[in-house]
Amino acid sequence: MNPARKKRLLIILLIVLGVGAAVGLALLALQQNINLFYTPTQIATGEAPKDTRIRAGGLVEKGSLVRDAQSLAVSFRVTDGLHSINIQYQGILPDLFREGQGIVALGRLRAPGLLIADEVLAKHDEQYMPPEVTKALEETGMLKHYEKKGATP
Amino acid sequence: MNWTWFHRLSAPKSFYEVSGRWLPWLTGLMLVLMLTGLLWALVFAPADYQQGNSFRIIYIHVPAAFLAQSVYLMLAVAGLVGVVWKIKLADVALQQAAPIGAWMCALALITGAIWGKPTWGTWWVWDARLTSMLILLFLYIGIIALGQAISNRESAARACAVLAIVGVVNLPIIKYSVEWWNTLHQPATFKLTEKPSMPAEMWWPLLILVLAFYCFFAVVLLMRMRLEILKREARTSWVQAALKTLVGNNA
Repeated sequence: MNPARKKRLLIILLIVLGVGAAVGLALLALQQNINLFYTPTQIATGEAPKDTRIRAGGLVEKGSLVRDAQSLAVSFRVTDGLHSINIQYQGILPDLFREGQGIVALGRLRAPGLLIADEVLAKHDEQYMPPEVTKALEETGMLKHYEKKGATP
Repeated sequence: MNWTWFHRLSAPKSFYEVSGRWLPWLTGLMLVLMLTGLLWALVFAPADYQQGNSFRIIYIHVPAAFLAQSVYLMLAVAGLVGVVWKIKLADVALQQAAPIGAWMCALALITGAIWGKPTWGTWWVWDARLTSMLILLFLYIGIIALGQAISNRESAARACAVLAIVGVVNLPIIKYSVEWWNTLHQPATFKLTEKPSMPAEMWWPLLILVLAFYCFFAVVLLMRMRLEILKREARTSWVQAALKTLVGNNA
């Protein structure tokens, strides 16, 4: 490679390294703000700000969903395995909402461990399966992550 | 390593000739892959156990998102080759690939939004994956605008190349956003290195469609580059001769 080309290549590499380092540092500084939601553990340890709208995300605890008979109000617990929080919500839940499924709820923390949500989003995982496979997994007891009841094939 | 073949190919005239020979084969391959893939994906692949048929949008979304990122990487490589080795064909490739990449990026964002509404419950969230993909679209638009705003061909080429190279920083952010941060977007289903999180009868059509999209990109890129070469070299004698045979064939 002739010297002129080598010099140009070096300059370009330096520019990319510089921009890369700058963006990397910026992302590191913004780490907390880039996360879409707080986990129940982060909320329990006080990392989440109080009196402002936050998102909480985790798995819906099995058997924790309580629907009000008169209205659209629901309450359920969201857990990340270590801690869990109570979520109260009034409105229509997304199709994929079911116990054991990951969700993200947007709302305010009222009491410690209680979030009044005004929006609930279902988080989908990267697993895709045809219905017959799920059925077979259920029968052999291999299906641990997915809730059986309410799963519409 | 012997690079003479590369230098020979980078001459506009020989590129025009060689690409003319490749084009029919690539087009044929693309059509076969695209038809097989679409038919398999939309008709024969089983529905998902949770999402039903709406998951089938993955067969457009994932190939488009793959391509949007690969095309950007190609822009950066072309920019590097153009700036360091001063090969003019690299600028032709960069300018002509950028709009295709931009459309693929837009397609990935739109199909994602359409899928997100029934599945997540929202068209859009400002999570790291979606936002970094939107930045990729803006980078594409920036490159296209920059290339057209500067009338001097050489300055435009250098400006676009530098923007394309610098923007590469965004690619690892897109790829790892779902692992570094909490996002609503799920981690990758279709991985090159590991076993996919999908059974084979769902995964094969996806693989075929990814290949079909790459072929589609190659075909459209070659066609656009050939046209651009004819425009840029319009005054050379070989272009005059090539045009004469083209018009002669049609007349």
